[in-house]
Amino acid sequence: MLDIQSVAKRFGGLLAVDQLSFAVRENEVLGLIGPNGSGKTTVLNLISGAFKPTAGDIYLDDRLITDRPARHIARAGVGRTFQLVRVLPSLTVLENVMAGAVFGHKRLWGREARKYAERQLERVGMAHAIGMPTAALTYIDEKRVELARALASDPRVLLLDEWLAGLNPTELQTGIALIRSLREEGRTVVLVEHVMDAIRSLCDRCVVMSGGVKIAEGTPAETLADREVIRAYLGDDDA
Amino acid sequence: MTRAEARNLALAAAAFALLAFLPFLKDSGYLLSVSVSIAMYTVLATSWALFSGPTHYISLATAAFYGLGAYVVAAGIGTISYPLLLVLAGIAGAVLALAVGVTTLRLSGVYFVIFTLGLAELIRQVVTWVQNNLTGSRGMYVLTEITERIIYWELLGLAALVYLVGWLVARSRLGFALRIIGNDELVAAHVGINSAAAKLILFVISGVFAAVVGAVMAPRYTYIEPSIAYSPELSFQVVIMALIGGAHRLWGPLVGVIPFALLWELIAARFPTQTVLLLGVAFLLIVYFIPHGVVGRIESALERLRRGTRRG
Amino acid sequence: MDILITGILLGATYSLIAMGLTLQYGVARIMNLANGEMLVAGAFGAFWVFTAQQASPFAAALVVVPGAFALNWLIYRYLLRPLVRRAKNRGMLEVDSILATFGMSFVLVGIMLMVFGGGYFTYSYLAEPFEIFGSPFALNRVVACLVAVAISGLLYWGLNGTRTGMALRALAVDPAAAGLVAIDVPRMSAFSFALGGAVTAAGGIVLSTFLTMDASIGVVFTMKALIIVIMGGVGDVRGAIVAALILGLAETAVASLIDPGLTLAAAYLLFILVLLLRPEGLFGRRQS
Repeated sequence: MLDIQSVAKRFGGLLAVDQLSFAVRENEVLGLIGPNGSGKTTVLNLISGAFKPTAGDIYLDDRLITDRPARHIARAGVGRTFQLVRVLPSLTVLENVMAGAVFGHKRLWGREARKYAERQLERVGMAHAIGMPTAALTYIDEKRVELARALASDPRVLLLDEWLAGLNPTELQTGIALIRSLREEGRTVVLVEHVMDAIRSLCDRCVVMSGGVKIAEGTPAETLADREVIRAYLGDDDA
Repeated sequence: MTRAEARNLALAAAAFALLAFLPFLKDSGYLLSVSVSIAMYTVLATSWALFSGPTHYISLATAAFYGLGAYVVAAGIGTISYPLLLVLAGIAGAVLALAVGVTTLRLSGVYFVIFTLGLAELIRQVVTWVQNNLTGSRGMYVLTEITERIIYWELLGLAALVYLVGWLVARSRLGFALRIIGNDELVAAHVGINSAAAKLILFVISGVFAAVVGAVMAPRYTYIEPSIAYSPELSFQVVIMALIGGAHRLWGPLVGVIPFALLWELIAARFPTQTVLLLGVAFLLIVYFIPHGVVGRIESALERLRRGTRRG
Repeated sequence: MDILITGILLGATYSLIAMGLTLQYGVARIMNLANGEMLVAGAFGAFWVFTAQQASPFAAALVVVPGAFALNWLIYRYLLRPLVRRAKNRGMLEVDSILATFGMSFVLVGIMLMVFGGGYFTYSYLAEPFEIFGSPFALNRVVACLVAVAISGLLYWGLNGTRTGMALRALAVDPAAAGLVAIDVPRMSAFSFALGGAVTAAGGIVLSTFLTMDASIGVVFTMKALIIVIMGGVGDVRGAIVAALILGLAETAVASLIDPGLTLAAAYLLFILVLLLRPEGLFGRRQS
């Protein structure tokens, strides 16, 4: 579904991603993991079109999307959340979610868009907040609204950037169930995540990054047992 | 359309119909001349806010569009019919807005502001050069049968049009897109909005209105020369009025226009040499003390009141 | 050849103005639309010293430069600091500072109109020919160029060779990080803004020796300074100098080949080219 081929991204003198290749299969949950600063978020930004890669190519369903602007990639069915949550402060909760339904590849308008957005809010457990101004939301609720916005565009591929971070154990279970249900309805999910429980129970496969390069790829059990991966996370002494 | 919207629309239509009778009042000379400037500033400030309100891109180029429109009339009067000239002025405004927009709107707002800052002066230089080298005269006479009454009605019509356009935009996908862009351009791109195109459309709309206003006002001057048509004060006044009222609501600028236009008549008559200084001081007071405009102040006060009653 | 030399003479003077704005926008992060008015005020000072005091216009620098420094420091301290504090992010500060300095530009124009009236002012200083490579050039332009080069050189050395200069350069790169290494950001910003104003006023003195000005011409110089700074890359002193020379050459070419009244058009043409081709500046790094 998604094919990343020898992608590199340079910021000034810093090579954030180097010669990275991996593929995401249709209807799978792929975990993109690695220590802080290993370039995971940059990869999501490259896929969603927020950044242009310095080298390499990205395909969505065999279509080259490397040089497409973010809006085209969004309309092609790629939705995302942001690591540092970005709700639209002067819009209501409902309007925030409608933004996804109106301009994404669904392109609904009027009552249809509103109803669709309401259903997404219900789904993430925010039905009570529909008419609220976004200023009244807690951080966790902001994350939910942002996910509802991404869902409102009915994405085929969903990129989640540490969406589960900061949830308490009960919330975490609900969150994991929610992501699982997304996969069950046929969506493909790419997770950047640090919560290991979630990775073990959700991901079909994992790609592990360190220092901008891929150091391992495989099932969660395989990759998390990999010597290289342990060294990357814990340092040389413990390996 | 909801019932409340229908009611507001009917009220607005009634208000405009009533205002249209103003020139028939007895001894309406002074009233009419004040009303002409209020109507002019209303169209300019409202169309300015249509673009700058949601996007926060500050255009300092109203005078450039206004002057362009006035010059189209001055150059074509006598050979081309007046209504056609208004259309041509609108087209000229659209072309200028497109040129400015295409070069600057895909970049950050600062470039846009800088570009518009000198635009009036640039066009003034070019027009002066064209006149010196091609026509050989410094100014142009605009002699028409058009009375102040007709100008007033034309401006009133434009005002109705600008409100209609603003209302339609606010109800459309485009209006929603602009609100999202004003909040967070990165999110806008990631939900599939073409920000540059949305901004460009609105900037062209506001440019067309300013150019047509210039064309409508041209007969009032009788003699037009570059320094009259491209006065930087006009751009400045428009920004002030829109900001006093509040640029984030369609009717916000009107709240600023009426008191400011009246005050301005007074200042221009009393202190003709200090107008620029007073204008600057007024502007600073607004930026520092009512950054969200009077309408913003009223709204936050209402909000506080509402919250207070809910709690009680 | 004449165009080349006149262009370089003019460009060197422009580089001084651009440095003033670089200090204000690149370092203190204030997009100052009243920059040109400060320049015209400096020019007025020189004009007054020359006509009323019968002294060299450069003597005006003794009063104008410290005066401009103090005035700009006060402006930053009491008018712009509140905006810096109120702003939640750089975008908001930009909008606020644009509006505020736009207002200030009108206040300054208003004051100058009141004091000096609306007429053109010009004076004749060193208006005698000076030969370079066998062709005559106005001596005042040559002297202006030398003075501008001297001040620019001093600034360049100050920025690259002193502790304060290093603090200013750190501030230009990242104010937050500069704060972390114990640079007093508010104080250095104020200093930089004030210094920029002083340099701009000095540029006004230099320009007044060979250009005719009036109270409302400031916006033209603001435009030119902004275009140079953007062309050179914001905060990049070396780029600003090159850009200033390019603008000086372009203007001189337009003035002598087409019409002296179209200099702003030349500046705009360069501006459009920069925006379309290299919005990050001549030596800037392309960012995503």
